[in-house]
Order: sequence, then structure tokens, then C-alpha cells
Amino acid sequence: MRPTVAVEHALAVAANALLLGLTRLVTGAQGRWLGCPPAAEQRIYFANHQSHLDLMMIWAALPRDLRAITRPVAARDYWSGGLRHWLTTAVFNAVYVTRRRATDDASDPLAPLAEAIASGDSLILFPEGTRGHQVDPGPFKSGLFHLAEKFPDVELVPAWIDNVQRVMPKGEIVPVPILCSVTFGVPIRLEAGEDKQHFLSRARLAVMALRNS
Amino acid sequence: MTTWNTSQQIALLFVLWFGLLIAASAGSVFASLRAEDRRSRERLQLFNGHLRAWWTMAAIFWLAWVSGREGATVLFALASFFTLREFVTLTPTRLADHRALVISFFLVLPLQYLFIALGQSFLFEIFIPVYVFLLLPALGAFAGDPTNFLERHAKIQWGILVCVYGLSHLPALVYLHAPGWTPEAGAFILFLLVFVIALSSVVQAYASRRLKLRYRVRPVAFEISRTFTWQGALAGIAAGTLAGAALSPLTPLSPFLALGMSFVACASGSLGHLVMQAIKRGRGVRTWSDTTSSTFGVTGTTGLLDRVDALCFAAPVFYNTLRAYYHV
Repeated sequence: MRPTVAVEHALAVAANALLLGLTRLVTGAQGRWLGCPPAAEQRIYFANHQSHLDLMMIWAALPRDLRAITRPVAARDYWSGGLRHWLTTAVFNAVYVTRRRATDDASDPLAPLAEAIASGDSLILFPEGTRGHQVDPGPFKSGLFHLAEKFPDVELVPAWIDNVQRVMPKGEIVPVPILCSVTFGVPIRLEAGEDKQHFLSRARLAVMALRNS
Repeated sequence: MTTWNTSQQIALLFVLWFGLLIAASAGSVFASLRAEDRRSRERLQLFNGHLRAWWTMAAIFWLAWVSGREGATVLFALASFFTLREFVTLTPTRLADHRALVISFFLVLPLQYLFIALGQSFLFEIFIPVYVFLLLPALGAFAGDPTNFLERHAKIQWGILVCVYGLSHLPALVYLHAPGWTPEAGAFILFLLVFVIALSSVVQAYASRRLKLRYRVRPVAFEISRTFTWQGALAGIAAGTLAGAALSPLTPLSPFLALGMSFVACASGSLGHLVMQAIKRGRGVRTWSDTTSSTFGVTGTTGLLDRVDALCFAAPVFYNTLRAYYHV
């Protein structure tokens, strides 16, 4: 490694550790593995999305060795440019997804995700596509369905992230320390012949069912 | 008999404490080699969790000792932070309370402990009940949400009074000084307070349980505490009070004064514990870490606030009674 690359790498590792430490200090970041153990299976974790802290919550709930093989999915239009780009790629090694497919663009927006799974990584996905304000998560985008169809052997683990919206509501800069938790449920899979709408609403219900467990 | 000076005595305490922890850890390693069935492995896992908490606590107390009074102040400031976090988690605040909560955690809490470290004992006593009492609801009013305004702000004020104001009187004891005291006197008085409260809580819990099971003594307020009985409380207070008198040679207090002060501390601690149980019952939870979503708090099985609630109420009473006695 060239010295500058080494320095950049060290910075990224330090930033990751700092963000993890801050998340734990502010939220407690409790991981509750109710439906499956934190094992090194290839998985797609999918969860409700209300705050930027959501990713950090799942990240902090994963054991260190699982973090090394798990990559978050980030929207390219939001998470690019300057510091955001550095955080996404260098610090979290995220996979970019293009949120809106341009009409004249024939490329598959899920191609980078499929590539990451094919190379053996696990993913963290927020299928609502954006942060919601409501108590219930919004409708799920179809990406989860297409990935489930393409990779039937990958475990799809639902997760409910609780209380985070109280820590840092959209638009506020300073977080309030409040205990939060992530509950991981029983993995689901695409049933034979199941159609897209049915599967997506089932996945959404699997996430919501963890709320009061 | 050789006489040991205070720092040698304390060093000896730490050597004993760490020695015990090392022995316990070694025992746990050996037990893990022998544990074969699932039950014993789970029990061992639980034990290891407690052991880790004790190691952490021992390390923190040692750090606080090495770093002196300032270290102790930082230690208790952190305890305030964690307990207030638990309290706020179970308090249904609204979006409009965000700023008031941010100020509570990141301005009020550090300032309160800074006043202690700077020896500003007057400011430290009045800062929260006088100034913060007005500041926080004013911030809330700016946010423009009148829904349940009094309830919301009463709860935030309560959280600060218990978790910050109450708890901060513990390090304040270390800074307390009266004519004729050695510089370490305050630290030993703090030790006395924590010790008698801990002993009194344990005795009370055990005695109440026995009284209930064996002699069918009815709890005073069944809906609030299944275990609080007058007899049990008296047993706990008596044990703490006598232990305080026995510990008095460590402190500048005379045995009689230590007896009286320990009585005041244990009685207020016992009542404070009951009050906090009433709050938990009112919220429908068993412990402060028992949110509907998380079953484990910062210390493992229960919340930190569950363990220090008696101290939060006993410390201000103890501190101010002592000050009144010495006219300092």
C-alpha cells in the first residue's frame, strides 16, 4: 500500500469505529436476535427506515466478523459527493443503487447488488427506499423481490428498528440519547409461484410483526 | 500493629478486589472447560456477563481513584448520562421536546458536574431547581406544541432532578470540607453512604421476602411494590444504620453522628426506591431497561437506574443534612 492509501484506510477505519462508538453511547444499540442467530450465513437484512441512524443501528448490532462480510445499500442520488461519498464507499463499503431508473437507461439498477451477492457478501437493505415519518413502514420497493428470485439460497432476515425516530427526527442535527433496539426475526423466503405484490406485503408484515415482540 | 495510611489502605482494597476478580475469571475459564450440557453453559454465560460488569466497574473505580476527585466527578457524570437516557427512553416525549432534551443532556448535565469540580457548591445546589426549572419549559414553549405540555415538562424535570441533581450529590460529597477534616475525608464519607445504602437495600429485599413468604406479612402498597413491608424496611434501615456507626472510624464523623446520618440516608433511600417503583408501575414496566423493545439495559439484566435509585434520593438529603450539621 502506498502511504497515502494507508493513511486514508486508517482514517476510514477510525471513522467507522468513532461512529459505532457514538451510536452505542447515544442509543445503546441493542441487537435482539429472536428469529435467527447472528451467524455467518449469506443474508439480506431488510428493515424499516426512519432515520440515518438506522444503518448504524444494524451495523452496531452485528458482531465484528459479520460486519466484515456485510455491505449496506445506499441510494446513489443522495449519498454521493464529498463527505457523503467518502462515508458511503470508504467507511461503510456500501453498494450503490440507482433509485429511479431513467427511461432511456436500459441498465438494471440492481446489477451492483446482484454482483455483491454473487461475490459472497451480505446486504443491508431498506426496501421502503426512503426515510418515512409514519408509525408504519411505507410500501416496499420491488428490489427485494427480484433479489429473492435471483438468489433463492440467500436468507432474507427481517429487522425492526425501534425508537430511532425519537433520537434524531428528520431535520435535527444533535441526537437525544434514548435507548433503541434492533430485533431480528425469522428469515423468510420466496415461496414457489408467489407473485411480487404478495411477497412484498408479506415481507413488510414480517418486519412490522417484530415491533411488539 | 502497623498503621497504614489512607492510600495504602485503599491500595490494599483494590488489590483484594482485583485478586477476587482474577480468581473468579480463572474459575469461569475452568468451568467452561467442564460445562457440557446447555443449561450449565447458559448459567456460565450469565455469570460471565456479571463478571464483565464487575471488571468494568472495578476498572472504572480504580481509574476514578487514580485520577482523583475530578475522575470521580466524571464517573458520576457518566452514570447520570446513562440513567437519564433510561429515564427519557420510558418517558413519552414528543417531537417538540427535542431541543429541551438536547439541552438537558449536553448542557445541564455537564454544567452541573462542572460546578462541582470547580467547587461552586452554591451554584451547584440552585442551578437546576432555580434556573433550569425555567429554561427547559421556556424552550418547550418556543417549540409551539401545547399537547400535554405540563405533563411532558414535569416528566423531563423529574428525570433531571432524579438522575442529574440527585446523583450529582455523590461526587459533591468528595468536595465537601469542614474544619478539622483530612483532604480524603469526603471520599470516605461517600464510601460510607454508598456502602450503607447498598447494605440496607439488600437486607430490606431479603427480609421483606422472608416476612412475606414465612409470616404472611402484607406489603404496604401491594399495587406498587409486592415486597415493601414496614418490618422489612425497618430491618434494612437498622442494618444500614448500625453498619454506618461501625464504619465511622474511617470518616471524621463520630459514631453517634455516623449513626444518625446513616439512618437519614437509609430511610430516604428506602422511600426513594419505593417512589421509583411507583413510577415504573405507572409506566407498566418492571425495570428501567424494560422498554417494550429492549430487554437488556446498560448493566445487563436491569437498568442502571434500578440499581442507583435509592442513592439518587438519599444523596441530596444526606449531603444537605451533613452541611447543616457542620454549618458549611
